[in-house]
Amino acid sequence: MLNYLARRLSATLVVLTLVSMSVFGIFAVLPMDPAALTCGKACYPAVIEANRHRLGLDVPVQVQYGRFVKGLFVGRNYGEGAASISCPAPAFGYSFNRHECVTSLIAEAFPVTLSLALGAFVLWISVGVGLGIVAARRRNQWPDRAATVFVLVGTSLPTFISGILILLFVGLKFHLIDPLNLGRWVSPLADPVAWFRTFIFPWIILALAYAASYTRFTRSNVIETSSEDYIRTARAKGLSEKVILQKHTLRAAVAPIVTLAGLDFAGLLGGAIITEQIFNLPGLGRLSIRAVLQDYDLPTIVATTILAATFVVVANLLVDIAYAYLDPRVRVA
Amino acid sequence: MTQPLLKLEGLKKHFPTTSGGAFAKVKGVVKAVDGVDLEIYPGQTIGLVGESGCGKTTAGRTILKLYEPTEGKIIFNGDDITDLSPKKMKPYRSQMQMIFQDPFASLNPRQTVGSLIAAPFQIQGVTPEGGIVAEVQRLMKRVGLNPEHINRYPHEFSGGQRQRIGVARAIALKPKLIVADEPVSALDVSIQAQVVNLLEDLQDEFNMAYIFVAHDLSVVQHISDRVIVMYLGKVMEEADKRDLFSHPRHPYTKALLSAVPVPDPKIGRTRERIILQGDLPSPVNPPAGCVFNTRCWKAQDRCRTEVPQLMQIGTNHRIACHFPEE
Amino acid sequence: MTTNKPFLEVKNLNVAFPTEDGLVKASSDISFSVARGETLAVVGESGSGKSVTSLAVMGLHNRRSAQISGQAFLNLESGPVDVISADEEVVRKLRGKAMSMIFQDPMSALHPYYSIGNQLVEAWSLYNEGSAQDGKKRAIEMLDLVGIPAASKRVDEYPHQFSGGMRQRVMIAMALINNPSLLIADEPTTALDVTVQSQILKLIRDMQQEFNMALILITHDLGVVAEVADRVNVMYAGKIVESGSAEDIYYRPDHPYAIGLLNSIPRVDKLEDTRLVAIPGQPPSLIHLPQGCSFRARCEFADRVPGNLCATTTPSLDQKGADHFSRCHLPESELVKARVEIGGRK
Repeated sequence: MLNYLARRLSATLVVLTLVSMSVFGIFAVLPMDPAALTCGKACYPAVIEANRHRLGLDVPVQVQYGRFVKGLFVGRNYGEGAASISCPAPAFGYSFNRHECVTSLIAEAFPVTLSLALGAFVLWISVGVGLGIVAARRRNQWPDRAATVFVLVGTSLPTFISGILILLFVGLKFHLIDPLNLGRWVSPLADPVAWFRTFIFPWIILALAYAASYTRFTRSNVIETSSEDYIRTARAKGLSEKVILQKHTLRAAVAPIVTLAGLDFAGLLGGAIITEQIFNLPGLGRLSIRAVLQDYDLPTIVATTILAATFVVVANLLVDIAYAYLDPRVRVA
Repeated sequence: MTQPLLKLEGLKKHFPTTSGGAFAKVKGVVKAVDGVDLEIYPGQTIGLVGESGCGKTTAGRTILKLYEPTEGKIIFNGDDITDLSPKKMKPYRSQMQMIFQDPFASLNPRQTVGSLIAAPFQIQGVTPEGGIVAEVQRLMKRVGLNPEHINRYPHEFSGGQRQRIGVARAIALKPKLIVADEPVSALDVSIQAQVVNLLEDLQDEFNMAYIFVAHDLSVVQHISDRVIVMYLGKVMEEADKRDLFSHPRHPYTKALLSAVPVPDPKIGRTRERIILQGDLPSPVNPPAGCVFNTRCWKAQDRCRTEVPQLMQIGTNHRIACHFPEE
Repeated sequence: MTTNKPFLEVKNLNVAFPTEDGLVKASSDISFSVARGETLAVVGESGSGKSVTSLAVMGLHNRRSAQISGQAFLNLESGPVDVISADEEVVRKLRGKAMSMIFQDPMSALHPYYSIGNQLVEAWSLYNEGSAQDGKKRAIEMLDLVGIPAASKRVDEYPHQFSGGMRQRVMIAMALINNPSLLIADEPTTALDVTVQSQILKLIRDMQQEFNMALILITHDLGVVAEVADRVNVMYAGKIVESGSAEDIYYRPDHPYAIGLLNSIPRVDKLEDTRLVAIPGQPPSLIHLPQGCSFRARCEFADRVPGNLCATTTPSLDQKGADHFSRCHLPESELVKARVEIGGRK
């Protein structure tokens, strides 16, 4: 087991390095010149060159990457002399548009995205898995049909429609949302109620699509597991239907859901772009969108992309470990 | 009987085992087939028997070069085909065909019976006399299917009929050799006899050679002329059918035969039975010395260290054992 | 053979499944009984209804999707219980205690996520008071009894760490842990290699004596039947077509299907170079069973029955000997001829 972990961990590190290199490489070859973009109105070639130097873009891309990696571990100074700015480790870069270290931009945005993802996750898992089990148990009866309708609606309604609908016709109409404070970030430690009010609708919207597909997935998993030979064995032993469901069917049916859930959750930690946009939430998704569409803020784009990839790769590792815990057949191999 | 149709010399097929994953390492090899010699003549049937993991299926597939042999030689009609490229194999392919165990899985469910049976003609680019359709219908009739069902799909047929489809496809190009891998073991008892009889009739008609791979010793005993008994990739015993079944010399063969239930209550209940202890060892990590030593009641120190070579002990009778039965 | 009162008495049992294509009459008009210490073999091909009947006795059919009628009495010490009409909860509490079942594929019959010990203790604690420690002790005892080496160590291992034969031993240990009076073994050796098969058959017979159980062995293998059965039910297209002692069935078969079946199988102990005597055709669909005798279409003796009886009237299971029944219209004189005729073709 330890051996397996060590092997997986080193593989993860390799993957992360490759991901960061390719992200870096892609943005380096894009036909855009950040030095010119940050130049402003009165732009002379000399200023562009100075900017290029200040941004650290006047050296070959592999040197840029080397500096970037070094910055992650020991921090980094941008510019020289009195105007120099220092970002402590882990330094993802410096945003010249927003005049801040990218790391602090991320540190501000991440709790918002984490709150959004965590709440939505709890919601979609409980609704999706719960409904899926009920639908499987009451197959072809009314709860199953109701679940089918839910799945249909949830999967076919895009988030930007359902989000705006709920915002207009529920949130604002019944004065559940204060339009002036829409998306205002409040720490749950400081004011749990305000935090809850900020996030309840985003949670519902974000969870809706996920819950629908989890309902479908859980339903088919439970039905499939129910026809396994070992479920018949459990019944032949004289176990009650309740024990058969709780101990035998769900254990096997839930294991693949854990994998899926881990990866979906990790994907969201990189930012739920549409939901954050609709509800004006200042999370990682909006940080990325603004960096891409408004500012062309290269250091921020690189940082959020690598971060999102890291979440997915790490989640993959955790999910595999969890699976090994759940399924003894994987443990030994 | 001058030149054998097919000759195997020390055929080996080893599969590497890996640790799995993107950064997999080769951990070892499974010696699925570890040295098989064989000579088969036209019209002859050789039975390849043994329990799961003995390598009989791998051997059958390697003979047809569905797997690339690791070592040894395959000589077909005097030509060494061991290292032929798939392209150069093509003219030989039409002469050697395979029948599979599972008539449910080996037929593409989206193709009609007609196109399934016609496939060999199309692959080889030959048009039989009278056209493909007429030939397919003739073949269907020959294997006992209704030629009017040419446009039906495999799921519309029963298991026995599907196996007949497989047989029709295999004999379409009038091959000289057919490797049949457990062709009747998925079928019901009353259907098994029908398919066995069909295979025997076709053999008489076309003078084909069969390599009949099966675990059911009763069927193998019925259909074979010679029998090769395998255990963990090795040949334990090889002899003409009568010799092997009436007078087995290898302890494993003896135990195997005694374990087969006989459909006769008086004999079945009183027959002397050798019950082997334990299970088959893993083929990944076979025992040292004689591979059978862990379950053999006659095993001595020598068996645990020295691999017994296949040796002649009578006319056409060979065994690999240090202490053969009398 | 025992003459004591049967433990299981099945009377006129019918099981059918409604499907989109029509009603599948999986087994009909099934009556038989089996006593403790006795071995009844049920032999037939796939779709003959041999498993369906036993699953009905165990109460393992979904009562919503299966139509079951008839009776199946378990003669318990507390009095007879009809498991067909009894409350589902009552039948559940008989499963694993009064009657147990083992299945064909030991690879898939054990839960892959729980240790062997966990699964055995679970079965034990359903019907026994006691700590987990007591349960585990009993589990090790049972594993030891069924011949699992180093049982106290292996009890904590998982099914995938066991070979096929060992898993079937584990299944047997689990089925017997509460000392049942009836064991139903559904093709228990079909998925196993032949050398392992003989180990498992021996084990089942030893266990039957040890626990004095009634044993129903379901199989398609006439060799296995000959070795272990006291009595045999031959099934075809959902019905018992012949029933009798093993000697009756093997030496004096009365039904043309049984006669044909016995002659169609090659024997490892007889070196004959003759053709096999195959039964032509294939079994009928259970949805569209023909009128009259289900075997008629494949029976070469049907035209020897006067009055076209085979096509119009379903034969009843008639007594042919002391304890020998057959479902055939053919007169005794013709039967003897048929036996000789088919046998002579070999």
